[in-house]
Amino acid sequence: MIPASFDYVRPESVDEALEALTDAGEDAKIIAGGQSLMPLLRMRLAMPDTLIDLDRLDSLRDVRDDGDAIVIGALATHHRVLRDPLVRAHAPLLVRATAKVADPAVRHRGTFGGALAHADPASDLPAVAVALDAELLARSARGERRIPAADFFVDWMTSALEPDELLTGIRVPKPGEGWGVHYEKFHRTAQAWAIVGVACAVRRDDGRVGDARVALTNMGPVPVRCRAVEEALAGGAAIRDAAELAAEGTEPPSDLDGSAEYRTHLAAVLTARALAAAAAV
Amino acid sequence: MTEVGSPRLRSEDARLVTGRTRWTDNMTPAGTLHVAYLRSPIAHARITRVDTEPAKGRPGVVAVLSGADLADEQGSLPCAWVVTEDMRLPEHPPMAVDEVRYVGEPVACVVARDPYAAVDALEEIDVDYEPLPAVVDMEAALEEGADLVHEGLGTNSSYTWVFENGDVDAALRDAPVLIERRYVQQRLIPTAMEPRSVLCVPEGDEFTLYSSTQIPHILRLMLATVTGVPEHRLRVVAPDVGGGFGSKLQVYGEEVIALLLARRLGRPVKWTESRSEGNMTVHHGRDQIQRLTLAAERDGRLRGIKVELLADMGAYLMLVTPGIPLLGAFMYSGVYKMDAYSLTCTGVFTTKMPTDAYRGAGRPEATFAIERLMDELAAELDLDPVEVRRRNWIRHEEFPYDTVAGLTYDSGDYESATERALELFAYDKLRAEQADRRERRDPVQLGIGVSVFTEMCGLAPSRVLGSLSYGAGGWEHASVRVLPSGKVEVVTGTSPHGQGHETAWAQITADRLGVPFEDVRVLHGDTAVSHKGMDTYGSRSLAVGGVALYSACEKVVDKARKVAAHLLEASEQDLEFSGGRFSVRGVEQEGRTIQEVATAAFAAHDLPDGVEPSLDSDATFDPENFSFPHGTHLCAAEVDTETGMVRLRSYVALDDVGKVVNPVIVEGQVHGGLAQGIAQALFEEAVYDAEGNLTTTTMADYLIPTAADLPEFVTERTETPATTNPLGVKGVGEAGTIASTPAVVNAIVDALRPYGVRDVPMPCTPERVWRALRDESPPDLAEPGAGGGLGSAGGAR
Repeated sequence: MIPASFDYVRPESVDEALEALTDAGEDAKIIAGGQSLMPLLRMRLAMPDTLIDLDRLDSLRDVRDDGDAIVIGALATHHRVLRDPLVRAHAPLLVRATAKVADPAVRHRGTFGGALAHADPASDLPAVAVALDAELLARSARGERRIPAADFFVDWMTSALEPDELLTGIRVPKPGEGWGVHYEKFHRTAQAWAIVGVACAVRRDDGRVGDARVALTNMGPVPVRCRAVEEALAGGAAIRDAAELAAEGTEPPSDLDGSAEYRTHLAAVLTARALAAAAAV
Repeated sequence: MTEVGSPRLRSEDARLVTGRTRWTDNMTPAGTLHVAYLRSPIAHARITRVDTEPAKGRPGVVAVLSGADLADEQGSLPCAWVVTEDMRLPEHPPMAVDEVRYVGEPVACVVARDPYAAVDALEEIDVDYEPLPAVVDMEAALEEGADLVHEGLGTNSSYTWVFENGDVDAALRDAPVLIERRYVQQRLIPTAMEPRSVLCVPEGDEFTLYSSTQIPHILRLMLATVTGVPEHRLRVVAPDVGGGFGSKLQVYGEEVIALLLARRLGRPVKWTESRSEGNMTVHHGRDQIQRLTLAAERDGRLRGIKVELLADMGAYLMLVTPGIPLLGAFMYSGVYKMDAYSLTCTGVFTTKMPTDAYRGAGRPEATFAIERLMDELAAELDLDPVEVRRRNWIRHEEFPYDTVAGLTYDSGDYESATERALELFAYDKLRAEQADRRERRDPVQLGIGVSVFTEMCGLAPSRVLGSLSYGAGGWEHASVRVLPSGKVEVVTGTSPHGQGHETAWAQITADRLGVPFEDVRVLHGDTAVSHKGMDTYGSRSLAVGGVALYSACEKVVDKARKVAAHLLEASEQDLEFSGGRFSVRGVEQEGRTIQEVATAAFAAHDLPDGVEPSLDSDATFDPENFSFPHGTHLCAAEVDTETGMVRLRSYVALDDVGKVVNPVIVEGQVHGGLAQGIAQALFEEAVYDAEGNLTTTTMADYLIPTAADLPEFVTERTETPATTNPLGVKGVGEAGTIASTPAVVNAIVDALRPYGVRDVPMPCTPERVWRALRDESPPDLAEPGAGGGLGSAGGAR
């Protein structure tokens, strides 16, 4: 469990980091908290030529108010996210899901931005970003762009970031009043990844669920937004009936934790539970 | 005089939990070379070419060796348990030469100046494999014309071992009730916290080998036998060792090769495994298929049991591989009376990592079988599972009791243990809640699992081991020396790797000699210090080694009495020994402390005739019988019928381990044992795919529970002393593991019985529970014609 050798760069600023990225080319990897990348390096599943360590980029750790949204620095640790007053006030779903990420040790090292850039569909936070219509802020020497979460996750462990781009922050819209949220994580042990996870936010409207945003963890190569469920609810369907549509359009994997068939079943059951829990708030 | 029984915190823990100690990997003598192994990526293949040349040119590399390079000196790894005269025992080279037979088998190694260089150079070794068929399914492996693991043997069967007592065929014939089941004991990976590590330091023609092992004494003998290094030129040290669970009761190829490399290169060599390397190549546990038939009367009384076992040996027979299932052979009757029993066990070769001892070693499998069957019998007869056990168990007044499996249980009180367990568990209240949930058709159903168990511990009477063709005895040794200053050194032949012997042995010694606990030091795990011993496994250390220590203490006191009598000019018979002081009966002020006696014995200026200088002693203990801890475990499980998720709600472990030396240590053993036994029921499984690839090589795939995944354990004890040793102790290392697996599965099946579920294969993953529910119709609860019943997928909530 010893990584293959690599060049190591530790930039002092975002500009230096972007320069390093441009210089290193395609075979560079960025390391932040290292909670996902380190095991891959040690097992030699990842063998980059250059490792760019963002540890010194303190400017990317903060959370700030941006009017109709909050912007969370890509290097904010899960621990920071859990405690930040702005996040707690405006992104309670993110708080709920982050509390379910791995264990306290991981949450103290791992970062929100890293968890998204890693683009692991079994990880909890990509589905949350998709459910919340977050935008991911990418910078390169060429400039900055905003990538909607729905477009950011391209394939299994593959994001829309270009090789010279750095994820600097995540812009999460403020939801407004009246939303209830829930993250339902179904896993075999406390530290295990979700077999299926459901992130949802709902707004009660005249005693019934009107607006809803639902996204699934680990039901395909990328997090899945459950538009069918959302539309059914908007059309007045009961939670249980709407939830039956949860697995529509998904491509769930089969692995040691569960078959695709089982995941399809779970998606409906867990979506119903998540919606009920969110609606009860 | 109350050290024994007092809940002392363990004196060794500060260094163990901080890691500031002599773990093998913490030691790197000057000039140490580091070893890394290239391992087979294929389950079964002929090796046609190994090119080590490119790797030899890498920076920092000192040597690169293939199996062929070591073929003349590496010998064959030992199997010390030839269970039948015609057992097939294939050669097992530490590093593969012509053929690989499991994924992870060592093929070549690099020796380099640092571990990084060694691992990097592995990528430069080129091996050509000619694939052969993988053999992964035991039942298929025994069919006519099956692909063979060892071509030369002509069969995949290693042995068939048979035990019979009473007329099983008659017991089964016309039996009013027959329960027939097939249970699979899945393959497990022991997962000790400290990975394996070995360091061999040469000094001239002598060698010191440090290894993270449970068995320094046995390892020395075996290494000497395999390599030809004379036993007296080889010192084996088990420094602090971070867990084993049986997995370090082994002679590993990496240990043999460390010695060969140190001999060849004349420098210290070290190897430490990675976790994924360990998952592949630490011997695995369990992996049996059990075909069981239990015969009973309609009132629930047992007639007999027939057991047909297939036991997966893996690719080779390691130290005690073939004997493990046979340790269970004596436990299939459990705590029950019956007249007939037969067991047939066939050891089967497959292209997988060999199996061997894992916490409980044969006994968990047997206990699972009988305790699951007792629940099935209760269901069949519509009896409470506790009641069906009560009708069959050995009553306390019937001990000593000769079981149908050929053991003599010396003592036990299953009635008291069970009664107390039921009370602690609030059994009746939970049954009422269960009835209520069934009535309400709650999607989350409640199940109650019962497990009444005993186990044979204190391995082992040497004559019994001899009768089973085991390669060694089962005695244990201890010596005690009271130093001139009055401090005490204890040397034990046991080899703790987490059990807390340093604390418990000091407690026993402090009481026997009347010295302060702090004045006792316990030495172990070094063949140069502990010159004889049989090491630690099979819940034997206290029941055998602790008793040897007790005897050694008694001998010291006897010798001290002679010296004290001489110094006090009194007769030995007139001396009292109390609180560490000898005094003349009736003249209390006249006395000598044992420390004063030690000083006098050291000076030797004035010793009685025939008494040798120095206050010390040696003792060995060879038990006449095993010890038989027992207990009653009860588990309440909530089963979500919509998702299949199992949540353990409460767990009561009522154990009887005889006299307790240190209740904190006993508690810790029970908690850890429960975690491992529950893990077999719910979480752990080593999975090989059809090509023989291990798919659970990391802890992301091989799930072990943490505290967050387990319920709070309610533990209590009854105390029925063992009658076969003077301490009255029985052993506690494996009890929790043995008892808990069937308790949990019984609870799950109990929850789902109204749905027609009779079994869920282990580990009872959510999907397996869900499938068990789907495969069965819900006869008791489903409303005819109604959709969305409890048993259907996606039911109402």
